[in-house]
Amino acid sequence: MFKKFQPSTDIAGQTPVKSSVQRSIRASVLSQWKIEPETLEAIWPKKEGLVHVKCREHLSIYTVKGEPILFQHFDGPFYPTLRLLHKYPYILPMVKVDRGAIRFLLAGAHMMCPGLTSKGGYLPPKEEALPAGAPVGIFAEGKEHAVGVGITKLGTEEMKELNRDVGVETATYLGDDLWVVQSL
Amino acid sequence: MPAKKNRDKKAAAATAPANEPDPSAPSEATETQPAEEPRPPVQVLYCAVCTFPPEYCEFGSSFTRCKAWLQENHSDLFDKFYSEEALQNKLGTLSVEAQSRLEKDTAKKEAKAVAKADAALKKKMSSTVTIKRIERNKRKHVTSIHGLEAFDIDLKKAAKQFASKFATGASVTKNPQGQDEIVIQGDVCDEVLEMIEEGAGMLKGIPSDNVEIKEDKKKKTTDD
Repeated sequence: MFKKFQPSTDIAGQTPVKSSVQRSIRASVLSQWKIEPETLEAIWPKKEGLVHVKCREHLSIYTVKGEPILFQHFDGPFYPTLRLLHKYPYILPMVKVDRGAIRFLLAGAHMMCPGLTSKGGYLPPKEEALPAGAPVGIFAEGKEHAVGVGITKLGTEEMKELNRDVGVETATYLGDDLWVVQSL
Repeated sequence: MPAKKNRDKKAAAATAPANEPDPSAPSEATETQPAEEPRPPVQVLYCAVCTFPPEYCEFGSSFTRCKAWLQENHSDLFDKFYSEEALQNKLGTLSVEAQSRLEKDTAKKEAKAVAKADAALKKKMSSTVTIKRIERNKRKHVTSIHGLEAFDIDLKKAAKQFASKFATGASVTKNPQGQDEIVIQGDVCDEVLEMIEEGAGMLKGIPSDNVEIKEDKKKKTTDD
């Protein structure tokens, strides 16, 4: 999503978000992420207005005090930015890829099932299976911090079964153009 | 409303966050009750060279420089990541041949990045800044400065600086070619040149050989 992203050309405009819309965003973030209202309040204080940065291809980035904290494609789920996920790693369910996949991930590739199902990988156990279309934090084998944020293309059980093709679509990853932009 | 309850508990909970479970273990995080206090963020150290967390430096394009930086500034972490033992562990699940391929790849990437940086620097050093005096009508001129952005100068801020220095209007406009340039009211060519040579304010890092002054006259009039 952010493999090629030039703030100077790809941003169409910035507008402060209406408070009613902010309320609905806050509610949906609280329902989509595993985050306590208090923590969200610390990240994004109520008094601090959210700024909507509109980008090409229906991409919206929301910033607080110029720092991007979440983004959204179309009406899809909200993703936290990678920097936010580093600070609060528990807000998204975790998937893990094996070591071999890291370099492809850092080049912007989507995550294939074998990388997730192999020994170094990790998918949530059956009881916590994720459906397709859930935002996930992508972690890596032997590493502490997340490398990317993505969305599941298949249910996690399906991934284990099929074990081929794209399992998690990468939304943002370490070193992409959103990572490079520290403030908008 | 949980919020109200929290208020009563807050005093009791004030000491609690210290012994909260490590948030990096998500399975634990799901079991704990919602915290009454905002959970403190995990402090992540980022590499000053490549901006990645240091554990990912090895995949970046400036590995050797990152390594040197880490050794200098955070030697404990350096030992953790690059000691013999750690390197052995890393090999764990990856075959030797995949590992060597990875290393080759990294080296290649690094060489590429260095070459790219060199080329960018060269380009920067060879690009010129043009100061142009444009006649507006007989005795009045504007000065346009073009090419500053190649030296990583924020045009808007530079314009502001010129405006306050000369006490005239200065703005960033697009010229007919669609490039941004700074237009200052009044004839201030020489002063601008001087400022650039001194590196006043934010006009730093421009070699004065790269600056040229031009004059643009209206075709009809010839008198100066």
